[in-house]
Formats: sequence, structure tokens, C-alpha cells
Amino acid sequence: MSPAAPSGLLEVDGISVRFGAVQALDQVSLSVRRGEIIAIIGPNGAGKTTLLNVISGFYHPAAGHIRFEGRDRTHLAPYDVAALGIARTFQNVALFKGMSVLDNIMTGRLLKMKGSFLLDALYWGPAKAQELEHRAFVERIIDFLEIQAIRKTPAGRLPYGLQKRVELARALAAEPTLLLLDEPMAGMNVEEKEDMCRFILDVNGEFGTTIALIEHDMSVVMDISDHVAALDYGRKIADGTPAEVRNDQAVIDAYLGVSHV
Amino acid sequence: MLNPGDDTFPKLALRNAQRLPNKVAIREKDLGIWQAYDWTAYAEQARLTALGLAALGFARGDKTAIVGDNRPRLYWAMLATQALGGVPVPLYQDSIEKEMQYIVAHAEARFAVVEDQEQVDKLLQVRAQCPGLEYIIYGDARGMRHYRESSLLSLDDLQARGRKFADEHPGYFDQEVGKGAADDLAIILYTSGTTGQPKGAMLSHRNLMATARNAIAQEGLTSAEEVLAYLPMAWAGDHMFSYAQSLVTGFTTNCPESADTVLHDLREIGPTYFFAPPRIWENILTSVMIRIDDASWIKRRMVHFLLDVARRVEERRRSGRPVPIGDRLLHALGRVLAYGPLRDNLGMRRIRIAYTAGEAISPELLGFYRSLGVNVKQVYGMTESSALISIQKDGDVKLDTVGTPLPEVEVRIDPSGEVMYRGPGVFLGYHKNPEATAETLEGGWVHSGDAGVFDRDGHLRIIDRARDLGRLADGTIFPPKYLENKLKFSPFIREAVCVGGDRAFVAALVNIDLGSVGNWAERRGIAYTSYTDLAQKPEVYELVRQEVARVNRSLLDEGPLAGAQIRRFLLLHKELDPDDQEITRTRKVRRGFVAQKYAALIDALYSGADHVKVEAQVTYEDGRTGTVRAELRIRDAEAFAAGMAR
Repeated sequence: MSPAAPSGLLEVDGISVRFGAVQALDQVSLSVRRGEIIAIIGPNGAGKTTLLNVISGFYHPAAGHIRFEGRDRTHLAPYDVAALGIARTFQNVALFKGMSVLDNIMTGRLLKMKGSFLLDALYWGPAKAQELEHRAFVERIIDFLEIQAIRKTPAGRLPYGLQKRVELARALAAEPTLLLLDEPMAGMNVEEKEDMCRFILDVNGEFGTTIALIEHDMSVVMDISDHVAALDYGRKIADGTPAEVRNDQAVIDAYLGVSHV
Repeated sequence: MLNPGDDTFPKLALRNAQRLPNKVAIREKDLGIWQAYDWTAYAEQARLTALGLAALGFARGDKTAIVGDNRPRLYWAMLATQALGGVPVPLYQDSIEKEMQYIVAHAEARFAVVEDQEQVDKLLQVRAQCPGLEYIIYGDARGMRHYRESSLLSLDDLQARGRKFADEHPGYFDQEVGKGAADDLAIILYTSGTTGQPKGAMLSHRNLMATARNAIAQEGLTSAEEVLAYLPMAWAGDHMFSYAQSLVTGFTTNCPESADTVLHDLREIGPTYFFAPPRIWENILTSVMIRIDDASWIKRRMVHFLLDVARRVEERRRSGRPVPIGDRLLHALGRVLAYGPLRDNLGMRRIRIAYTAGEAISPELLGFYRSLGVNVKQVYGMTESSALISIQKDGDVKLDTVGTPLPEVEVRIDPSGEVMYRGPGVFLGYHKNPEATAETLEGGWVHSGDAGVFDRDGHLRIIDRARDLGRLADGTIFPPKYLENKLKFSPFIREAVCVGGDRAFVAALVNIDLGSVGNWAERRGIAYTSYTDLAQKPEVYELVRQEVARVNRSLLDEGPLAGAQIRRFLLLHKELDPDDQEITRTRKVRRGFVAQKYAALIDALYSGADHVKVEAQVTYEDGRTGTVRAELRIRDAEAFAAGMAR
């Protein structure tokens, strides 16, 4: 994908997570290379979302380590993870429904803003300059994701497919190094899926953002990812190129065979 | 009339850069902000683009295909091409590959300047069939990092090459612009014919400039106008309004952010000069009405009341009758409370002149905007006439004509009923298509393909496509579609089919509108069981009879059409339906099919009978077929003798 040799951006090493009697993740290790699009697949309840939640700091693993850009950050809180350059979207859209699309995306910039309460309140001097700079960045994202027409629309009034796109925009506003997408195409029609695929590829290509996504639509996974990891019952059962994973017997048994793809 | 200093569009751009250096020439909403370019920047951008093309070996006479939404960079690419003695060929941005291939190959375009990846992809697909196409130049690089085609470069790259070329060839640009002359080919605009391949109408600088100037003089346009460029660049109208007239007067063209934001951008810009086809006028009205109906009861009542006042006042003014004092006071109140705020809300507060054209607009729709104080007028024109033939003059507006011919334009009605015109805007011919040229262009006169009549006041009225025009047995002109449209302007009539070719008189098969006629019947306590039952009520016949009389009376004012009044009609037992192949999916009557299917009904209309039995196959939604039997009444319509109008 990228001309430089891919290096390990994120190293997940022997992660285990247990909810009561349920072993959600069992000794999962995964290496995400810089600049790639990795898809995490698996049947329902395989632990995909738990893995994303561990990476983004929502859950802390019972065992194992996570290294991001070479540093251990297994036990960081979500906001610290975000500050490191990891942004995410949610399986069920989590936008501020009463706020405009523009304001929603601006919240993605919060971590980049250096505030002084007084200056912000007066909207004066550096505060104003900073606001304009962030607004300009957000406008680039609006243009990139082609959502100019809904800039001022309250997010809650948008159809689902567009809400997903706005969520992606908010995640991009944080200028992440690693973008985690939890089922970005769930509930979309074919056309919306195609659009979303194009945006994901473009984000990866234009900004060089590394992307880890969870997706059920196997044709989408095979089309856009460079690297696929398959989970089943909390264990990683395969890891490789899309072609390798598609032909892996364990994967076929666990997942593909069931859904007749 | 044209002096050699400014007889081509590139010369005009240079003149504007000198005379109006800091006047805004074009704006584009980009990243949420309106970016403005003055005439100095406009000319400079075109110059750099031209020099870049020259660096790639652009020769005089070369063609540049231009594809994309309305963008300043694409207008500059047009100007750049013309500056080098080349010919821009704009294409519709939603063309599919096959259409694009035909035009690029037929025009023998050597260069293409396009907006983005979408258009690049289409051109790359058809390259093999377009051997003449050497370079594809794009504005927006997004998504094309991995494209390795050597013939592909960005506009920024092109301009960088232009800068270098300028250093090596000082004076080249001015020299090339100086070589241009008024009668050079300025542009080829391909028109999508309803049949066969598109034809490329060739227009010279003189054609476009003379037409632009005549319209500017008649309409009183100045360099202060603001226009919104949102209709396709490949369409003659946009080329006239956003390019030719802008360059001639120096007024400002505004390019919206995207196709989805047009109505929003309209409001931000507040144009003074605006064009929209009937479809868009209608959409805007619908969105307004929805918002009014969402308002509180009192506001809603007030707005509807004041809109009624406006309609009455406008009608009286138009017909030159005095307005009663009460309405005058209410109208003044309405200006403050309703019309002004509404216009402002629509982005139409500053409009001095607005046009509609393309297809028939309902008088009610046009009347609505005019009564709000938006000066919407009908224009008539086509690509072959440099976009404009006639415009309604200010203060001489009728709701159902296309106005009077522009200065220097002559219009006459051929004995066959076809509108013919000649004037300085008449095109040079179709590119590489002498047969079509010969068919259309005859001794300087152009066959418009439209049938029309002049009314008493010298207004041109377009009634139909010339080839759809029929004749009654005595030779009277019979325009079926025109009569049907007039009938359909009634809220009670959904569809109508007029017959009369080679018959003694015109008769009509009418479909009532179930919604509005049903509503009307309920309010009068008329019970009915089904569509067929409702359609055969004597009261409904009387209702429709009045509508037909209205149409007949209006024809008295229309010269030869007075003889085409509808003498007899019947109400059909079922709605014309695309599933039954009676109308197309776009709701055009399939005349031949209907005439055949309803031959018995048509015969009955001419037999003098007062009813006819019908038995018809219908296709239900689930695909099953069934038979409907009914007895349909036939009624005479009220006809009027010429001379007893109104």
C-alpha cells in the first residue's frame, strides 16, 4: 500500500478479557501495520467489538499488553488513548442529536484545542484564531466526505447512512493515526455501502490513516482490506491477506461456511 | 458592430481586467466560504491555463472537452482554449461513458479538462475509442494517487508548465489572443436529440456576443448583476448567462458548493438575475407551501389570505384594470408581512429579472411568483439561436406566451405552422453533419421544430412540437398537446387526449383527477362508489364541461387556434396508466396506442351518439388482468364564435 516498508503501528499481545464467566477475548495477539486497512471478522459474539474497546481504552485487559507507536499503553483511559491519535466510530451511531453536523464534527477537534476559559468566552485574540483554524480543518473534512448540504442540519434529523458518515467525519477531525470503525456499513443499502467504501479507501490513501474495521459484509472486506484477522469465541483463528483468510479452513468452518459466502 | 479590440471572449476578459480590475468576476463556494476572483485573477487564471495547454502543444483549431459541475476553473479552461484559437466542447457531467465517447470522438477533442476522478474514470474507460484524445487534465486530484497514465495531469501541474512556457515564450499569450476574430468558431454545444446521435451546434464569437448584447440592451443588465451558475455548462443557457453575458457586461457569476446545496447557496448569494426551468420553480414553491402549512394556524391563515390578495392584484395589473383601494391597502400590508419575508427566505429578494424556459410552465405557478413580486418571465430559445430568441419585456408579461423577439431577431410562422427565425445568433451549422445542417438551416432561417402562433399583441406562443401538429379536415391547425396541457391546468383534470386529425372538429377523452374531483363531490354531498362511477356523474360532467369551455374561450385569443375548440368530450372510465401502455412512465400520452385502443370511443364521439358502451382489459397492480364494463356519457362542449370573446 504505502511505499515505505510497513511497520507495526499497533501491537496487541496476548490480550484476555473476561466478563464474569464469559471469556470475551482469550490470548489474542494482533499486529497492525502502519498505513494498512485491517478488517476484523468473525461471527456474532466472537469478541470483535471487545477488541476495539480494549484498543480504544474502554476496557482494560485482564492479561496482555498493547503497544502503540512502540510504547506500552495497556492501561490508558479513553481520552488519553484519543490524545495519542486513536479515533473511533461506534456500532450504534453516537452523535449529539440536537447539535448541527458542523458542531458535531467540531467536537472531534476538542483534543486539539488549547483553551483559556476567559479568551474563549470573549472569542478574542488567540481563541478566535484557533477557532477559525479548526473550522477550516473541519471544512476540509466536510468537503472530503461530501456532506456540505447538511452542514447546518441537526444530526438527529439525518437518515442513518448520513449519520454514519458524520460520525466518520468527527473521528477524522481528530486527525487520528489509527482509525477504528465498528461496523461502518451496518444497516446501509448497496449505494450507501459503495460510498462508504470509497470514503474509507480515500481516507486511507489521502491522509495515510491506518484503519481497523469490523465488518460483516464479506465482499466489502475482501474488496477494501489489505489484512484480515478472524476471531471466533474470543480466539484469533486466522490472520493474513484476504485471500489467505478466505481459504482458511478454520474460518470457513466458523464463519464463512455458515453464511454461505 | 463589434470592434476588433473586443470581438472575442478572451479579448473581453483582458478588457475587463483593465477596466474593472477589482470587480468580482466569479465566486465559488469552497470549504464553506465564498472565494471571490476579480477580473484580474479571472484573466490571469485563464492565461496560465492557456499557456499550460500551449506547453503541451495546443494548436489553433484544437478542441478541448470540458466536463464537470460549474466551476471557475472549468470556465477558465473554456476561455484558455478560445484564447489559443481552439474550441471548447462542454459535455453534460452526468453523461454516461457511451455518450461521452461519441461526443469526444465526434468532436475530435485532443484535450479534456475535467473536474475530478469521476470524469477521469469515464474518459479513461473510453480512451481506446477516442484516438484523438491526448491529454486529460483534472481539477481535483482526490482518489487518483495511484493513477499512472502519462497523459493525465492536474490543472496545477498544467499551470506550472504554463508559467515555465511563459518565461520561454514571452508575449505568446497576447499574440495568440490577438489572432482571434469575431467569426471564429467559439464553441460547439452538443444537443441531445430525441432521436439519433447528438448534434454539435457550432457558434461563433459573433453569434454569442451579438445575442448577449441584444438581450443585455433589452433587459437593461449591468455589471452589478449577480447570477448563480448551477445549470450544466454544456447547456446553451448557462453558456449565455454565466459566460457570454458575464464577460460582456462584467457581472458576477457564482458557482454553488455542490449540486445538493444550490437552494441554500441561492439564498446566500441573493442573485439579481436568475434562470430556472419550470421544474425548479415548482420544487421551490412546494417546499415553501410545506413550510407555510407547518406554521401556526394564525400565520398560515394570514399568509394564505395575503397570497390571495397578491394574486388578485397581480391579475388586475396584468390585464391593465384598476386595483380597488381595499386590495391596494391589503397589498401594502402583505408586502411587509408576507411577500417581502417570503422572497427573502427564498433568496429572491434581490431578483430584478428571472427567466423560465424549456417546457410549458403553468400560468398559476408563474402567477404565484409574479404576485410575490419576483419578476419571472418566459423566454424562448435554443442552442441553434445562441440560446435566446424571444423574451417577455418588462411590463409586457403574459402568463402563457414566450414574449416578443429580441432586437435584430426575426420570427415568422411557416405555412405549416412551424416557428422559423433568423438573426445574428443563428448558428454556423452542425459540426461534421451537413445533412442535418441543410435540414435545419434554410437561407439564413432556422427551422425551430416548434409550432407556434402570434397572438394579437405580437407575442409568440409555442403550442407544440411541429411534427406533432395535426390538421382538421378543413385544414385548421390542431395542436393536440397544447390543448391537452390547457385542459390539464385544471385541478379537476388529470390527463386528457385530444383527437381531431382529419376530422371535422376536435374531441377530447378526459381523465378526471380522483383526488380533487372526489373532494369536490364530497363537499357537495355527491355519493360515489368508484372512479368509474364518479366519472359518470352528471354533475362531474357539468364540472368538466365548464373547464372545457374555459379552454375554448381562451383559444379565441389565439388566431388560427380559434378553430381548434373542443366540441365534444367524454370522461374515461379508468385512469390512463403506464402499466396499460397508454402513457409512458414520464406521463406522456402514447397517442397512437390510445387511438387504437379506444377507437370505438373515438368513433362514438364523432357519431353524434350521447353514450357509448365500453369493455376494457385492465392490468391490476399484481399483474392479473380483468375486464371493466361501463357506459360512458358523451357531452357537447360549449364553443364560442370568434368576435364574442370575454
